[in-house]
Amino acid sequence: MLILHCPYCGVDADETELHAGGEAHVKRYGPGSSDAEFESYLFVRENPKGVHFERWRHANGCGKWFHAARCTSTLEVFGTYSAQTTEPPQEIKDKISAKRPGWSWREFA
Amino acid sequence: MSTRLAKGGRFLDKGKPVTFTFNGKRLKGYEGDTLASALLANGQVMVGRSFKYHRPRGIVASGAEEPNALMNHGAGGTFEPNQRATTTELYDGLQAGSQNHWPNLEFDVGAINAGFSRFLTAGFYYKMFIHPRPLWKHVYEPFIRQSAGLGKAPKEQDADTYEHFNVNVDVLVIGGGIAGLQAALAAGKSGAKVLVIEQTAHWGGRAMVDEPLAEGRIGGAPVDKFVEETRAALEKMPNVSMRLRLMGAGVYDHGYVLGYERLTDHAPTAAGPRHRLWRIRAKRIVTATGAIERPLSFAGNDVPGVMLASAVRDYVVNFGVSVGDRVVVVTNNDSAYLTAIAMKKAGLEVPCILDARPEGGGALMQAAQDLGIPVETGKAIAKVKGTRRVTGVAICVQAGEGAVLKEIACDAVAMSGGWSPVVHLWSHCGGKLTWDTGHAHFRPDVDNPPRDDAGEAFVIPVGTANGAMHIALALEDAEMSGRAAAKAAGHKPKPVATPDVTSPQEAAMEPVWLMPQGAPYELRMKAWLDFQNDVKVSDVQLAAQEGFESVEHAKRYTTLGMATDQGKLSNINGLAILSDALGQPIPQTGTTTFRPPYTPISMGAIAGEARGAVFQPIRRTPMQAWHDAHGADWEPVGHWRRPYAYPRSSESVHDAVMREVKNTRQALGLLDASTLGKIIVKGPDAGRFLDMMYTNMMSTLKVGKCRYGLMCSENGFLTDDGVVARIDEDTWLCHTTSGGADSVHGHMEEWLQTEWWDWKVYTANVTEQYAQIAVVGPNARKVLEKLGGMDVSKEALGFMEWKEGEIAGIPARAFRISFSGELSYEIAVPASQGLAFWEALMEAGAEFGAMPYGTEALHIMRAEKGFIMIGDETDGTVIPQDLGLHWALSKKKDDYLGKRAQERSHMADPTRWKLVGLETVDGAVLPDGAYAVAEGTNANGQRNVQGRVTSTYHSPTLDRGIAMGLVLHGPDRMGEVIEFPGVDGKTYKAKIVDPVFYDKDGEKQNV
Repeated sequence: MLILHCPYCGVDADETELHAGGEAHVKRYGPGSSDAEFESYLFVRENPKGVHFERWRHANGCGKWFHAARCTSTLEVFGTYSAQTTEPPQEIKDKISAKRPGWSWREFA
Repeated sequence: MSTRLAKGGRFLDKGKPVTFTFNGKRLKGYEGDTLASALLANGQVMVGRSFKYHRPRGIVASGAEEPNALMNHGAGGTFEPNQRATTTELYDGLQAGSQNHWPNLEFDVGAINAGFSRFLTAGFYYKMFIHPRPLWKHVYEPFIRQSAGLGKAPKEQDADTYEHFNVNVDVLVIGGGIAGLQAALAAGKSGAKVLVIEQTAHWGGRAMVDEPLAEGRIGGAPVDKFVEETRAALEKMPNVSMRLRLMGAGVYDHGYVLGYERLTDHAPTAAGPRHRLWRIRAKRIVTATGAIERPLSFAGNDVPGVMLASAVRDYVVNFGVSVGDRVVVVTNNDSAYLTAIAMKKAGLEVPCILDARPEGGGALMQAAQDLGIPVETGKAIAKVKGTRRVTGVAICVQAGEGAVLKEIACDAVAMSGGWSPVVHLWSHCGGKLTWDTGHAHFRPDVDNPPRDDAGEAFVIPVGTANGAMHIALALEDAEMSGRAAAKAAGHKPKPVATPDVTSPQEAAMEPVWLMPQGAPYELRMKAWLDFQNDVKVSDVQLAAQEGFESVEHAKRYTTLGMATDQGKLSNINGLAILSDALGQPIPQTGTTTFRPPYTPISMGAIAGEARGAVFQPIRRTPMQAWHDAHGADWEPVGHWRRPYAYPRSSESVHDAVMREVKNTRQALGLLDASTLGKIIVKGPDAGRFLDMMYTNMMSTLKVGKCRYGLMCSENGFLTDDGVVARIDEDTWLCHTTSGGADSVHGHMEEWLQTEWWDWKVYTANVTEQYAQIAVVGPNARKVLEKLGGMDVSKEALGFMEWKEGEIAGIPARAFRISFSGELSYEIAVPASQGLAFWEALMEAGAEFGAMPYGTEALHIMRAEKGFIMIGDETDGTVIPQDLGLHWALSKKKDDYLGKRAQERSHMADPTRWKLVGLETVDGAVLPDGAYAVAEGTNANGQRNVQGRVTSTYHSPTLDRGIAMGLVLHGPDRMGEVIEFPGVDGKTYKAKIVDPVFYDKDGEKQNV
């Protein structure tokens, strides 16, 4: 059972307080997009063994969505950050680079 | 014969005899006994039958690893199957029975299977019962179900209570042997908050039996002194807690541990819960879980009386029980010599120690020989004699193929194949293992530990659980790790003096996976690996031969290690045999996955307090008590309970529903609609936001007006519906379905927080802040006018408008909306005044024929009007276009959730089934969910289908069956009759009609 730090209310929350929301930084495609773009938006997801970016909601807590960068293999958490961003903050990316040199995930590295 | 010795038994209180029954027979034991030791004390060596061959089986072990001695325990509401006799503490009045035999333990019909054992090899189920197919259902399966399986499922509700317990600690020490106690002392002295748990009822572990026999000493004194002093020191520390009978069941992500405490199993009449599930959060977990002895694989190693050497001496030392007068010891390592020494010292006979090692052992061998025990090195057991009890062993050389040198009469065999560290808890959360060649076992690979959120190891194995097989090493390891754990938890580590230890060094063990090493098939097919699941050496070899080379495949094919003991005794021996068959080293074969729990834990403990009325919280409307007092028949809707109908005395539920519909249509009905979701959406961007949430245009809704809206998922499917009212310039009130309020609110928040976070909108779920009552029927206006206050005339409050004011002196918001097709007001009042308002309506409405109606009447009336219901007409695969709701899809908007998805080819496919009304030819009611058949059959030989029923009722208004359904090209086929075969064997014929059955022009609601 994971523990994640909620960047909004500051609580180190047990997984039972949290609701998993799948992959982070998915770009929305609406009307006017191609079938391929729409498919990638709705259905195509990363499935990495290693560095991953996820959405979580502090559902049984402050109710806020946030993002978590963690390793799916060792369960190490590199950091949590605001959901109101289109890419991971540099500070988080640096933390990952320190521990997993040469990492990449979608367009980020 | 096994029997009670005159002396010995350090766990026993001989002043407290207890009586218990086994298979109805009254037997005697002492307080401190386990069920297993008490059975042995009464000469009961054979305690069950094996799973497949129904072979006689006896007690093998003395602890949690026991594979054979599984008992039916208790009776009635406390009955429980598959309880290990070795971990069941004896109490007065205990009732136990053996399992898996028919008609009785001594004579068993299923034992005939043993005669066919040549044909019941690995995978025989898969091979035998495939063809012919019909025989599976009618012959094979009933037979297998009768003959397989262990205990019986309890028939009565569990009479005991259980609870959960949450705790946070710095350091959790699992295991109360010397290593666990020493680690706890080091962590405790360093200031860490420590919890030490031990699964048995005693501190000290194996060392308490073994070291006195080996004449080992700690700090110049016997081991029990060290244990007692350490325990007392820990007991005094305010930052240390200690619990016995509390097992570490599982280790999970980021230092979460489940502990299983058996509070009253040993004293069932004591007050309080029976089991407690501990939910422990620990910064560091020290696993001091010890090691388990391995059996040896020789022919007849499953005959009752063949036991683990460690168990044999445990029964002598701890319980004063001898398993036999003449015990042959067979081993590949030094530890088993302790058993011979224990037996000899207890005045029993050890005719011979068979040591498979050509050079024999070290100091302990010398000690045994000094006691006059003959030792034969390089020798092995060719086979065990006896069926229900060991009568002797045939001796051979280990290096050979089993040619018998001589036979020795004996009544028990003590075997030791070496020791395997208990690595389960280390492995549960991803800790890797390394093969220790010297001890021929897997131990934790400390370079590949389970990791916490910072990427650091959070499990620290110590003592024999870490492969430190000598107590000097174990204590040193434990002290160091206890300190390290405290440090990692943020404390300043303080060293604890490691006492001087004297204990004989053991000579090197030698791996022996098969005895003798060249055993022919006849011997291998009698050499058991997994006692509980009846898996033999020959089965694993067959699996390898048939291509099941992966250890995980071989496990499933042979069922090795899949029994309730999860292979605690069998796994290492099994994978050694598999490795040998594949010609590869053991580490290359690897182990199967260790999964929690360590031993089975009770379902009651998992449920805890969550049973009966507190299983799930129930949401109540302010009028709930009134409904209950007026005979409501309840229906669960999400976490709510809603009245389905209000049957009167001697009235059936169905008749009540019919009456409620008629009364509402003809006079006045009242519905508690408080469960309806109510979400306030407010802010400068609220209109823009709702235009994205709903398929309709909500931003153009005028203040004071209502609009019915649809919500779709981004995948295009219809997920919720409800009436939206515009409260003021930047405030909207969104009504949702009763079950959907929380998820719709969550859905809104998700989009606001994660996609359009720069939009200025707030949402608030105010569902429980209001009581809402639907006042429905031709007399609706009359009752409201009688109560007085707000002007509810047609002119002042038109259809699809809302208004705020007072009714009967209560502040109210009245919505002119209708889900029934009648003149209807939905009136929201503060929740605290809901009951008063409801009662006022009932009283004032009496002269107008007011009656409450329930959800079923609501459903029938909406179906008569052709209104859809989320969850009936929709099931997660239906889009608004399927339901003829094109009018609710705004064409003016560039975007809304689901719009792009609904443009996909499959969504625009003209062959999607469409909503129609269905009218049975004879007025009967269509079966719910029935499919309409079409011509021909599909690739699976099933009838093709062309539609299905989504809602079906008897309409009291029309006095006939009405239904809605989704039908291929439905709207173009009006008047056509299609067929619905029912599960009752009848075929129902229904005509495709318009879904609006009643008041097509909507004249009744618009008055």
